[in-house]
Amino acid sequence: MSATMRKIGARVAGRYGIPFYQPWINIIKLYSLRDSITHGVMFYLGPIFRVSGGVGIFLFMPLIFASQHFSNFSFAGDLVLIMYFQFFGMLGMALGAGEGGHPHSAIGISRGLSQFTTIEVPMTLAVISIAIQYNTLSISEIVAAQQGGILHWTLFTNPFATVAAMLSLLGAFGHSPFNLVKAPNEIPIGPPTEYHSSFLGVLRTNAAILHVIEAVLFMNLFFGGAGNWFELIVKSFFIYFWSVFVGIVFPRFRIEQSVQWFLKIPLLLGVIAIIIFM
Amino acid sequence: MTNENKNHEKFLHEENKIREVKAPDGSIIKVDPLNDYFLDDRPEIKKPKTNKIVEKFLNWSRAESLWVLGFGTGCGSIEIPPLMTPRFDAFRFGVAMRPTPRQSNVFIISGYLAVKTLKRVIRSYEQMQGPKYVLALGSCTINGGMYWDSYNTINRLDHFIPVDVYVAGCMPRPEALLAGFMKLKERIKAGRGEGANEYAEKFDWYKANQKKIINDWNMPDYNW
Repeated sequence: MSATMRKIGARVAGRYGIPFYQPWINIIKLYSLRDSITHGVMFYLGPIFRVSGGVGIFLFMPLIFASQHFSNFSFAGDLVLIMYFQFFGMLGMALGAGEGGHPHSAIGISRGLSQFTTIEVPMTLAVISIAIQYNTLSISEIVAAQQGGILHWTLFTNPFATVAAMLSLLGAFGHSPFNLVKAPNEIPIGPPTEYHSSFLGVLRTNAAILHVIEAVLFMNLFFGGAGNWFELIVKSFFIYFWSVFVGIVFPRFRIEQSVQWFLKIPLLLGVIAIIIFM
Repeated sequence: MTNENKNHEKFLHEENKIREVKAPDGSIIKVDPLNDYFLDDRPEIKKPKTNKIVEKFLNWSRAESLWVLGFGTGCGSIEIPPLMTPRFDAFRFGVAMRPTPRQSNVFIISGYLAVKTLKRVIRSYEQMQGPKYVLALGSCTINGGMYWDSYNTINRLDHFIPVDVYVAGCMPRPEALLAGFMKLKERIKAGRGEGANEYAEKFDWYKANQKKIINDWNMPDYNW
């Protein structure tokens, strides 16, 4: 998916861009490097926490509606657990990068956490609004409630929550307007400044998982879920493409701009979504 | 290492000098930053995998994903931005710029190398994670080029760090640099990109050469 983003970005800039398989080669190369030095125990555990956050979301996310196998470990309160896992990886990463001891990591962490906290506010409001609307915290039940035609989707039954969440999704994917934290040409690369070889490989693997699964989460919550694999791929790609499209059109925000941006319109829409269903 | 440091003690920064510190419980602790804060082990030779098929596959992945350290040392660094923009678009070949030495594998020495820069180059090169490759750009790195009798630049780069590919010219155009990348890829795929091991093997020789040039040596012998 990140290759799609890079490829589209390159075509917009008038370049051919990377081959679509480049991210996979990068990951193989990172795992195949011979040296890797460590700065301590948390430096090891940081990427592991991050990847367990990503895999954790994957395990508890129902992928295909009404399928016995691909509902994974979805249970009654999985929505809360998934919201928690999203933050869990960030915190683990912050601890690990902090032990790297590089000043750029520390600045990157403070930027990343402050931005992610403000992203979470409208997203959480939207999720609470949906929970009140459908009177459940189970993603499977939310998907079940949206069956029966396009007008039953949350997109149409609860538009304010959808818009608030889709705006905060832009930040969660970390593409252009909100990519200050990890952009290579900001203070070099932010939190993972000291991460290299297989540590960075683990982080890259997690990024690949996380992008897909966040798109699937939003598909489940707002766009009626998927009845089969084809529907899943098409819908999640379009959700991902939304952030790619915005990323290519708009330039990067500074950190105080992005924090303020999330606390204005998305927050207001989230509050309205809650008030409507109170 | 301690012997070496004695000769260079007068160049040490204030925070790297040996000093006594009072601990919170009142005891006096002697701090020697160069020995306490830095790991001073010599680099080790990391042998390639014995299974030829696996090593070949890994070398292919290393060759197809070259991450270049964004460190312009001389006038040649002006050739690197056009390399990345639409006209030459090196992203097609798996070349990407990385901002930190930890994450990069290729070091482009772009042109003449002043003695002051050489110190930073050595430091950055040693912090890169192997296998790592050096691509030397321009005649200045081969024999000094138009700076061959300058008082402040080095003449032969491969006396100081192992070089994989030279790109001759003054200055080489981005096409030449791309050709250099292709040559480097061939070299890595053939299993000859072992610069990091060569550096570890002839560590003493490289260090002696570096210290001959850099008079104000005030860092550890090997920067992990």
